[in-house]
Amino acid sequence: MKILVCITHVPDTTTKISFTDNNTKLNKAGVQFITGPYDDYALSRAIELKEASGGTVTVLNVGLAETEPTIRKALAVGADDAIRVNAEPTDAFFVATQIASIAKQNTYDLILMGRESIDFNSGQVHGLVGEMLGIPSVSPVMKLDIEGTTAKLSREIEGGKEQLEVSLPLVAGCQEPIAEWKIPNMRGIMTARTKPLKVVEPTGKEELTTVTKYELPAPKGACKMIPAEEAEKLITLLRTEAKVL
Amino acid sequence: MSILAFVEIAEGAIKKTSQEAVGYAAEVARMRNTTATAVVLGEIASAELENLGRIGAAKVLQAADSRLNEGNIQAYANVLAQAVEKENAEVVVLAKSSLGDAVAARLAAKIKASLASNAVELPDTSNGFIVKRSIYTGKAFAYTEMNSDKKIIAIKKNVYTPAETENKASVEAFSPTLQEADFNVKIKETVKATGDILLPEADIVVSGGRGLKGPENWGIIEELAGALGAATACSKPVSDLDWRPHHEHVGQTGIKISPNLYIAVGISGAIQHLAGVNSSRVIVAINKDADAPFFKAADYGIVGDAFDVVPRLTKAVKELK
Ligand SMILES: Cc1cc2nc3c(=O)[nH]c(=O)nc-3n(C[C@H](O)[C@H](O)[C@H](O)COP(=O)(O)OP(=O)(O)OC[C@H]3O[C@@H](n4cnc5c(N)ncnc54)[C@H](O)[C@@H]3O)c2cc1C
Repeated sequence: MKILVCITHVPDTTTKISFTDNNTKLNKAGVQFITGPYDDYALSRAIELKEASGGTVTVLNVGLAETEPTIRKALAVGADDAIRVNAEPTDAFFVATQIASIAKQNTYDLILMGRESIDFNSGQVHGLVGEMLGIPSVSPVMKLDIEGTTAKLSREIEGGKEQLEVSLPLVAGCQEPIAEWKIPNMRGIMTARTKPLKVVEPTGKEELTTVTKYELPAPKGACKMIPAEEAEKLITLLRTEAKVL
Repeated sequence: MSILAFVEIAEGAIKKTSQEAVGYAAEVARMRNTTATAVVLGEIASAELENLGRIGAAKVLQAADSRLNEGNIQAYANVLAQAVEKENAEVVVLAKSSLGDAVAARLAAKIKASLASNAVELPDTSNGFIVKRSIYTGKAFAYTEMNSDKKIIAIKKNVYTPAETENKASVEAFSPTLQEADFNVKIKETVKATGDILLPEADIVVSGGRGLKGPENWGIIEELAGALGAATACSKPVSDLDWRPHHEHVGQTGIKISPNLYIAVGISGAIQHLAGVNSSRVIVAINKDADAPFFKAADYGIVGDAFDVVPRLTKAVKELK
């Protein structure tokens, strides 16, 4: 089975976000970048599927050269090779176009990615790619098994889940608990250095959205503390002051 | 030109979040000098549909096809694309949900629309079409210019409260063309808690963390939630430990919620947890550790033992009612 895993390169979940250039650019100073946590689930499941029944795992990232350490990390946990589309991923439609173009050239059985990136949180790319390729897309997927050419999935819905079945090929947006996150070992890190990482130029330039300005939320006011002995007072305050009851 | 709202049904009723989407669509329609049409897929009683007029829909398109009773991503995207065409829609508005998100993405590719997800305000149409949306999991906002003719806006909960009128919507039957391929993904089984208030729909959420020590202690959370008419949620370790089901887990890797009131009990307030709840209107933290980071993100705080404080709050709520 040929699996393509699309990964994002995003600020660590503990990052304090700030902007520069008159609020038009993320301030990257001191920010540690990681593989998107949802993408990590997708990658881990892909490696598990490969370990169980063979095949190859290719990692794909749309990003500038700065993302290569993140790509190498995916190779270190067990992906066979990688492709980087050399462009800034600023619009979901643009990114999906790149992924679909790579997928058309290589015909994968399974295209996995996170349910959403943790920078823009749009959760669009899996659906866009599925539609561009004319194949099914399912998200958010919390369980994925392959039997022959059939995928058996469980998709999270509000208050529960759906059990789904579909023939491959398929695009899936993944989330926990689809797999345990994999941590690269020493041998993996060594071999990752020599695994192929192909850099290709993007197809087309079309973007459907442009961010004109970023903004931080207004700072929270101080927390009003209520002594535990008078805990009941909270309920009165929620009604009369906060007006939420 | 018109503005469409995609309406989701849960247990035979129109979802609250979808009602917000209809109200939002009606407001966008006013800005564009046109009217809003609500699109409902599957079979639902017509009285319910007429009522969409009260929150601003001029018309309701209903595809009362039993094959659409279940939320099938591809089929829904296909039907919505046909509704967009039929109504010559410029904008499609929907509420964020596990189905809405997946459908909106495919629809965007089908009709080549720009999509702004997690919208937190009405669009600014004074110069172009700019939507303010929440990014970095609630840690920032991006003003996003939508450059295509067709646009899709997925709104966060609590972004828009529709004003109620006496109007009734005209309900029009709609028979889209469905293809067999739309149903390639077979829904074999749906497992769903019934009767519970769904977390993303809830106005009040009571949430428990590892400080509750074990699943056997969840009674105090459920009782407070019951008294408040609230949904229950939990932190990630709690669902990882299987104390609570996965769909209750909120945060960076879980569900993102924005209720009117979020009450966190025995949750430390790690940045990844806050990411999922920081757009709640009012946050209450109850923690025995006065230095718990949650107090920095909360509006009201009680330093105390959950097992003492929470039952007393439940009692106070009951006495109030
Ligand atoms: C990539 C990544 C993603 C993550 N995503 C999420 C996510 O989506 N959601 C999430 O929640 N976490 C997430 N986490 C985990 C997060 O960092 C924290 O570990 C987690 O939120 C802690 O859960 P907790 O507060 O329940 O437990 P703890 O940190 O163990 O805190 C328990 C709290 O309970 C208090 N307490 C103990 N006993 C009592 C008592 N009797 N009465 C009152 N208070 C008491 C303690 O003082 C403490 O503050 C993520 C982590 C990573 C690395």
